[in-house]
Amino acid sequence: MSSEVALDFHSGVSSLHDTHHSHDEHHHHETFISKYVFSMDHKMIAKQFLITGMFWAVLGGFMSVLFRLQLGYPDSTFPWLEDILGKWAKGGHITPEAYYALVTTHGTVLVFFVLTAGLSGTFANFLIPLQVGARDMASPFMNMLSFWFFFTAGIVMLSSIFVETGPFSGGWTAYPPLSALGDASPGSKTGMDLWIVSMALFVVSSLLGGLNYIATVLNMRTKGMSMTRLPLTIWALFFTAVLGVLSFPVLFSGFILLIFDRNFGTSFYLSDIFVNGAGALPNEGGSAILYQHLFWFLGHPEVYIILLPAMGMVSEILSTNARKPIFGYMAMIGSMFAIAILAFLVWAHHMFVTGLNPFLGSIFVLLTLLIAVPSAIKVFNWLTTLWRGNIRFTPAMLFAIGFVSLFISGGLTGIWLGNSALDIHLHDTYFVIAHFHIVMGVASMFGMFAGIYHWFPKMYGRFLNNTLGYVHFWITIAGAYLIFWPMHYEGLAGMPRRYYDYSIWESFKQFSDLNRFISTVAMIVFATQILFLANFFYSIFKGRKLRTANPWGSNTLEWTTPIKPGHGNWPGEIPEVYRWAYDYGKDGTDFISQTTPVGADESVH
Amino acid sequence: MTMYLVIAVVILFFVVIFQIAKASEYVAVLKGEKNSKLQSNKINGFLMVVFLVLGLIGVWYCNELLFPKTLFRFGSASVQGEKVDSMLWVTIAVTGSVFIATQILLFWFAYKYQEKPGKKVFYFPHNTNLELLWTVVPAIVLTVLVVIGLRNWFSFTSEAPKDAMVIEVTGKQFGWIFRYPGADNQLGKKYYKNIDNASNSLGLVWDDKMSQDDIVTEQTVYIVKDKPCKFIIGSRDVIHDVGLSQFRMKMDAVPGIPTTMWFTPKYTTKEMQERTGNPNFAYEISCDQMCGNGHYSMKGIIQVVTQSEYDEWMAKQKPYYYTAFPDKEPSNSKPSVDSTKKVVVFKEISNTQKSNSKI
Ligand code: HEM
Ligand SMILES: [Cu+2]
Ligand SMILES: [Cu+2]
Repeated sequence: MSSEVALDFHSGVSSLHDTHHSHDEHHHHETFISKYVFSMDHKMIAKQFLITGMFWAVLGGFMSVLFRLQLGYPDSTFPWLEDILGKWAKGGHITPEAYYALVTTHGTVLVFFVLTAGLSGTFANFLIPLQVGARDMASPFMNMLSFWFFFTAGIVMLSSIFVETGPFSGGWTAYPPLSALGDASPGSKTGMDLWIVSMALFVVSSLLGGLNYIATVLNMRTKGMSMTRLPLTIWALFFTAVLGVLSFPVLFSGFILLIFDRNFGTSFYLSDIFVNGAGALPNEGGSAILYQHLFWFLGHPEVYIILLPAMGMVSEILSTNARKPIFGYMAMIGSMFAIAILAFLVWAHHMFVTGLNPFLGSIFVLLTLLIAVPSAIKVFNWLTTLWRGNIRFTPAMLFAIGFVSLFISGGLTGIWLGNSALDIHLHDTYFVIAHFHIVMGVASMFGMFAGIYHWFPKMYGRFLNNTLGYVHFWITIAGAYLIFWPMHYEGLAGMPRRYYDYSIWESFKQFSDLNRFISTVAMIVFATQILFLANFFYSIFKGRKLRTANPWGSNTLEWTTPIKPGHGNWPGEIPEVYRWAYDYGKDGTDFISQTTPVGADESVH
Repeated sequence: MTMYLVIAVVILFFVVIFQIAKASEYVAVLKGEKNSKLQSNKINGFLMVVFLVLGLIGVWYCNELLFPKTLFRFGSASVQGEKVDSMLWVTIAVTGSVFIATQILLFWFAYKYQEKPGKKVFYFPHNTNLELLWTVVPAIVLTVLVVIGLRNWFSFTSEAPKDAMVIEVTGKQFGWIFRYPGADNQLGKKYYKNIDNASNSLGLVWDDKMSQDDIVTEQTVYIVKDKPCKFIIGSRDVIHDVGLSQFRMKMDAVPGIPTTMWFTPKYTTKEMQERTGNPNFAYEISCDQMCGNGHYSMKGIIQVVTQSEYDEWMAKQKPYYYTAFPDKEPSNSKPSVDSTKKVVVFKEISNTQKSNSKI
């Protein structure tokens, strides 16, 4: 382990120059455009997804700081807010319009742009070819399109921030009639048109990416790489892609109907509506609830689209750094399979209080709580993986452990919410906010951080700074719990989500101190993420250089490529695979790469 | 000015951390990579236990601090809600013990099995019995929770008792409209195209005799202690939600699709003011579904009163029909009685009105 580490005393300029040269030697035909912009190399596309995702994470995160400012300090004014937000913060006080626009954009951007595109887009692209032993994706061209559709979706979303009537402000779930009627909310005017267009482009991007990931995993595995020898990362990314391909079209159909209702006078979602200022609408016979079914048929799988890649990477990282095989490999695949199936059968648990037929509701209670079983299996398997290991606390490992902790905390509250009779009380309160931020938001972020710390050396041939990684981890995990844990209590008091101001409510105003505390911690945690970004961009150019190809002593194929693999990944033949990915500590050997043939005297398990 | 100062301090702080982190990397190389790795491993392992201990203390402390601010100190204010509360305690007991056990295992394992030079790990790829164990046990526990939950769910969503009072609740941007069936105990027909904010806020069909005695109020609704109360819930524009946290009830208000909810209040508003020691206590209806920019201020009030107080109040209400057609009102033909002399039995919740008129 000690030999690969040495400091890079080169200046940034010269090392940048070096890398450039070495690449030019291999690929004389590449121009700047074809290498960095319209790249068809999956590794470059992965980096494009990652850095675009980071941009959105910063923007979306900053939005949460702004609206937390309102929640934490409803009576204070901040003149600088007017400087940056203009009429949306007249007199230094965020308006309700701006507050709701910020909350909505924050939710949409983090769920879709950061934790879907930024997470799957980055790691599916980066890891699938490298870990299954392929030179690139099945269709590099579709892969490139997938990124540019995502990028365009982002541009459209960004442009909606600047329209006169403001961006969409009806919540990331965009329930009609609110989202269908410009007269009901200014955000549902042009802002909503742009929101739908952006999301439609995003769906296209996801489908292009997803089909490609599935095709690659199924068809392009190297010799010997049977499905049951795949690392769990690949299994997770595979199930993620399947979920996306099956559920995004349903969301898309929901959006199409919404576009029709908005622009062409149909009544899919509209009925019996009188809007103040606009009078009675002609629409009759539609069902606003129909949209919710279509939305959540994607929406629930979506939360697993976000979570599964993190689960896969965490499994890989825990095993590698515990120097022990993942416990229950087949059970891990089985539970992911169960989750993938059940993810399609629980959507109506978001709709228990919409007037849903009680019998139907009871079926969804049963199926929802069933999904806790595979979740429990995964947790216990991770715990057993740590047991009697020899744990190295790399920053990636810390984030992986943090992920498990958060997944437990947030998963358990799912059991409360899934039980409809309890959900009646908790639905649409801060309890739900706490639940899904812990289990999905923060946990998947942790999975993403773990992935970045772990595979950064493979991406850039350099290490991230460890000390900064440790600081980043400890502040973030403490902060995440300090922010979201107390929110459970607000929810238990019935405090509704999506409120701009609680001070007029006798039932909820007792939490004003707590809200201030939460907002303060949120700002500190946000600032800490900037520290991470500084580490990231600094290390791309000036990080400690890798000296060996396999810095973590890992079994998987990506570490058999050169330190800086070119287009095509392996300079010679693609290696053949002889075993699963988790032979750590077998027969007293620290690790046995997947490319090592099974020895004659090796024990079987 | 202070703003820039704060930013400057933060940036300075960052630069310092960054420099220290960079320096530590150089030091690591000088000291030998192996030693410094072991050292940072020890520190992080130790922090794992610290985090566990502080975390568990924090959970306890948070509970001390915040539990009194939740609703559970005074129990549910409805008969049905008692079941929600008891279910909640069972669920807390189950998930709470799993939470504590697994978090302890996680951080304790991380600490205990941190890297030690020369240690041999236990090659343990799978064990069918263990895996069966943690499939079956959670499945059984969850089944128990499902059974408890569904029993309650079916009782909450069952038909309201025959003697329940029936009130229609309609959400609009941004307030609540209530309709009582009047003397005939029947809610008359309505049609949304008849809506007219000035004289017919619900679009009642006046040709329907049953509509003519219906009583319509806004913002505040009166219901009777110990008497089951059924709400028929609808919306005039977008989706809203009738959130009654003290009663542990909640139901969406959807345009075009009526929903229902029923519960039995246990305490009058006055009794709750005494029980909570808060003279401003009110049963607030919070809108729990994002409905536009005034969502946060969409407040209604439920006044729970005794039967006699209710009757007294009801006697003073006049059908909405007469608001639309003042000339039809019988009393209008005679000189009107001075109504201002009547005793004001119910305190108006004036700040509700204020907050709602702001929007
Ligand atoms: C043990 C497993 C889980 C169960 C039983 C469960 C159950 C539920 C239920 C019933 C709700 C609806 C609550 C309400 O709106 O009243 C909910 C909300 C939510 N859950 Fe979970 N959940 C589980 C795990 C997860 C996981 C793993 C994720 C994400 C990766 C997740 C993400 C979400 C999100 C995003 C919402 C809120 C959506 C919104 O209304 O904006 N949940 N969960
Ligand atoms: Cu869900
Ligand atoms: Cu509302």
